[in-house]
Amino acid sequence: MTEPATNRSFVRLSGVGHRYDPDPETPMAVTGVDLDIQRHEFVAVVGPSGCGKSTLLRMISGLLKPSEGEVSVFGRQVDGPRDDVGIVFQKPTLLPWLNVRKNVLFPLKHKYGRYSREDEKRADELLEMAGLESFASKMPDELSGGMQQRVGIVRALLLNPDILLMDEPFSALDAMTREQIGFDLLKIWEENPKTVLFITHSIAEAVLLADRVLVMSKRPGTLLEMLDVDLPRPRTRHTISEPRFAELTERLRKHIYEPEAA
Amino acid sequence: MSLKQPDPKTRRLLLAAAPWLFFVALILLWELVCRVFSLPEYVLPAPTAIVDAFFNVEFSRWMTHLWATLRVALMGFLVSILVAVPIAIAMMRSELLTRTLYPLLVVIQSTPVVAVAPLIIVLMGSDDPSRVLITCLLTFFPLVVSTATGINETPAELIELSRSLDAPTRRETWQIRIPYAIPHIFTGLRVAITLAIIGAVVAEFVAAEEGLGYFIQFSTSFFRIPQAFAGLFFLAVVSLLLFKSVQWTQQIFFPWSLPKK
Repeated sequence: MTEPATNRSFVRLSGVGHRYDPDPETPMAVTGVDLDIQRHEFVAVVGPSGCGKSTLLRMISGLLKPSEGEVSVFGRQVDGPRDDVGIVFQKPTLLPWLNVRKNVLFPLKHKYGRYSREDEKRADELLEMAGLESFASKMPDELSGGMQQRVGIVRALLLNPDILLMDEPFSALDAMTREQIGFDLLKIWEENPKTVLFITHSIAEAVLLADRVLVMSKRPGTLLEMLDVDLPRPRTRHTISEPRFAELTERLRKHIYEPEAA
Repeated sequence: MSLKQPDPKTRRLLLAAAPWLFFVALILLWELVCRVFSLPEYVLPAPTAIVDAFFNVEFSRWMTHLWATLRVALMGFLVSILVAVPIAIAMMRSELLTRTLYPLLVVIQSTPVVAVAPLIIVLMGSDDPSRVLITCLLTFFPLVVSTATGINETPAELIELSRSLDAPTRRETWQIRIPYAIPHIFTGLRVAITLAIIGAVVAEFVAAEEGLGYFIQFSTSFFRIPQAFAGLFFLAVVSLLLFKSVQWTQQIFFPWSLPKK
């Protein structure tokens, strides 16, 4: 039974858990996650390595079936891959034999075997929005790591998904590029609102980008804490120097380093 | 410039010329050794004697022998591509097939083809098909292995992307896995093309009336050692050119698949 959809809960996880090994003696990778994500909400997930953040993301995308509990999107249970979800991976994973525009159009080419003139126009518009219009006919290896990851984001937006799942998308980038691309992502998100689930190792990044930050525990991964980020939008580099920003990151650090005390 | 290094232009020139200079020096040394110690031709012919022997053989005879060897080598090479790539794809799709076929492939690979060649000639006659088969037995294993390796090294994220798009498996194979295997396939092709020449020559050693392998064997048995050497060098040059052609094909048609500098 799935509950009727409301605008307030767009993605709903109830009692979701996953175990990779079917043997019930083995520990769960993720267990007992209850979560409601609102439409167009930007949610960040932080937690130690191997805490099942990616597992959680894969269950929402429909790539992985939860071994307990249920994931539903807009009131309908997720039981397989869905095309209203765009995924951005840790590495850009562009196809080295296609130029930037064709890489962006790849999801269409791959799903339907072709794309139209309008699709090409849409790809060009998206590239322009990401500031990549002059790179459209370049090959991926001619681009810097940050540029490549931008292309990865644009590719995930091509099918205009409602949900954008990002699995540590900036962790392979250097600190300065990382900050810049974070602001660019916010700009893109403000122009085309999406429901975003953003996995990261960086507490500061989570606070800077998200409406809400979830803290996950060590394996078996479960939700320890949720923190609403009430920093005003649009967020800029000045946000980082605000006292409230420092306060929120400090609170998150406390949850992560001394979960018992918090 | 404060660094004590030759200027970049000279350095580049030196790097480009070094292998050629070394090669020329080696030939000169060889010639010198032959002359100073007056080595008889059947022990080690001098480079000049080999060149003489090369031009003593008519051009049309060279071409006849070359064509005989090249024909078998290229047919064997093509047939093994046509067999190996589909087998690698099928093995990627089915674990059962991998488990069933792999031991057989290893057995074929571990059997010395030189030892099997006479049996094949006895069974199938000494025409092109049996020679092509001998060539295939050598070339096809490295091709299967390299193609299968390439297909399996496709990044897991791209397979997830494909699955999240709910795309047909056919497109996953053709649009992601096979292109990803291209650099590995070319590694296999470079190995296979030189093995194809070896295979063709081995077949000629067993039974043949023409071909460069036959020419070398025939020259040796008549103690025309400089002529045998001439045949050997000709064969080496042909083999090198074929190897280079595989590289050029990759550079022209798949420039993205080359290792980054």
